[in-house]
Amino acid sequence: MAQVQSPVPGTFYTKPSPDEAAFKTAGDTVAVDDIIGLVEVMKTFIQIHSEAAGTFAGYAVEDGMPVTAGQKLAEVDAG
Amino acid sequence: MSIKRLLIANRGEIAVRIVRAAKAMGIKTIQVYSEADADMLACKQADVTVCVGGAVAKDSYLNIPNILAAAKETDADAVHPGYGFLAESAKFAQAVVDAGMIWVGPAAATIDRMGDKVAARQAAQAAGVPVVPGSKDRIDKIDEAVEVAERIGYPVMIKAAAGGGGKGIRIAQDATELRSLAPQAQTEAAAAFGDGGLYLERAIESPRHIEVQIMGDGIDAVHFFERECSLQRRRQKVWEEAGADCLNEATRAKLCDTAVSLAKAVNYCGAGTLEYLYDDVSKQFYFIEMNTRIQVEHPVTEMITGVDLVQEMIKVCGGEKLSHKQSEITRTGHAIEVRLNAEDPHLQFMPWPGKVTSLKIPEGDGIRFDHFLYEGYQIPPFYDSLIGKLIVHGTDRVDALRKMAIALDEVEIGGLKTTIPLHKALCKDEVVASGAFHTQWLEPWLAAGNLTKPSEKGAI
Repeated sequence: MAQVQSPVPGTFYTKPSPDEAAFKTAGDTVAVDDIIGLVEVMKTFIQIHSEAAGTFAGYAVEDGMPVTAGQKLAEVDAG
Repeated sequence: MSIKRLLIANRGEIAVRIVRAAKAMGIKTIQVYSEADADMLACKQADVTVCVGGAVAKDSYLNIPNILAAAKETDADAVHPGYGFLAESAKFAQAVVDAGMIWVGPAAATIDRMGDKVAARQAAQAAGVPVVPGSKDRIDKIDEAVEVAERIGYPVMIKAAAGGGGKGIRIAQDATELRSLAPQAQTEAAAAFGDGGLYLERAIESPRHIEVQIMGDGIDAVHFFERECSLQRRRQKVWEEAGADCLNEATRAKLCDTAVSLAKAVNYCGAGTLEYLYDDVSKQFYFIEMNTRIQVEHPVTEMITGVDLVQEMIKVCGGEKLSHKQSEITRTGHAIEVRLNAEDPHLQFMPWPGKVTSLKIPEGDGIRFDHFLYEGYQIPPFYDSLIGKLIVHGTDRVDALRKMAIALDEVEIGGLKTTIPLHKALCKDEVVASGAFHTQWLEPWLAAGNLTKPSEKGAI
């Protein structure tokens, strides 16, 4: 199981905008560099990419919640 | 003075600024904070503190019910919104008044009216404030376009009447160019919006951003002269000056006097700013919008006029008359403010919400540092990157620039990446020294690598 971590502290978003669906849902195929979510740090949005390929296992943080640098955001089943 | 207990519905450096102003007036200060801001400087300085919700702004600083509940719980009789967050929310302003408190700002109806671009443009025109000349109605024929262009003056911007977001915009320098470009614009507008109607507006190329500080007590209004805020990145001001040395006295007088006319026409109460585009070539200015709040860059105006604008807005909103007649407000010397952001200017201005490990504040005559930092303070990542404003006051612009360069060498904020290197480079730049810049100047300057000259690369 590969972890996707936040490189910065901020607010985590699972969706590109409030009205849209989440970037990934459990069971989705994930390729290397796929966007998993966004972290807003000081009004700047940073894309969070997966470093692993596999199957999306789920988010570890809810949409709109504060996160710390290094915190686990999601898991990818690399198997 | 009817205000005895003032709630500050904001955070960061402006909260510190308001607490300081209110305390000097003998007013008890009530500081709200989010769960991420319990240790912010304004909380250490205020008389009372009250948590209004979670770290994310919508749960706290933008949460009207929570802020009103906090005000009731702490017996506040007035609310100061600062800038940003709910400062220009007519809904919040009205809710504060409906709860029986004083709103430190203009009436909700004024916020609403001046916040609407079309209504604000109409109010400005009615008060004799120049707006960007444009066609009154849609244009369908090329001859008609040429006729209108003669009236409003070249260069003209050709826009799709049905459009928006800059699509299909062309600029014509003269009638020949207009005759060639207008049909293209019509075709494109018809294809994009199903309507080939056009709209013409005078094109203000490479304009400066000039703004006028006004203050009203609901009946009378005065101005505190103008500010020059053309150095911008991504439409955010990074460096501001008072006054605007590019203006001659006649233009300055007309700019400031018409701003006062508009303020009086809307019975303005509190601090406000009228923003303009200024064309160096034609020496003409055009109203773009009004900000119905105190602004980030208000200190440069305070430096040259010697008036505490935050105290004055609390006073007039508390029901008192303006402290000064227009003839008593004078300007002395020149002031510059630079915005210090927790960003890395060498890495596309990436935010840097670090911990302040050391802090050395520049001191001296004519040097001011508005901030919310202290050693050991962890800057939260949830809000704006502005961490402080370094302001200097000199006898003239040359003196102010010299003072700014010295102050920037003296300020030290350990543990963070900040925009100090950007401002040091700007202080050394010949164009900045000459004052010959405009709103489209800074971004190409950055793109040209002026921050990372080869000789300096080793030090980065």
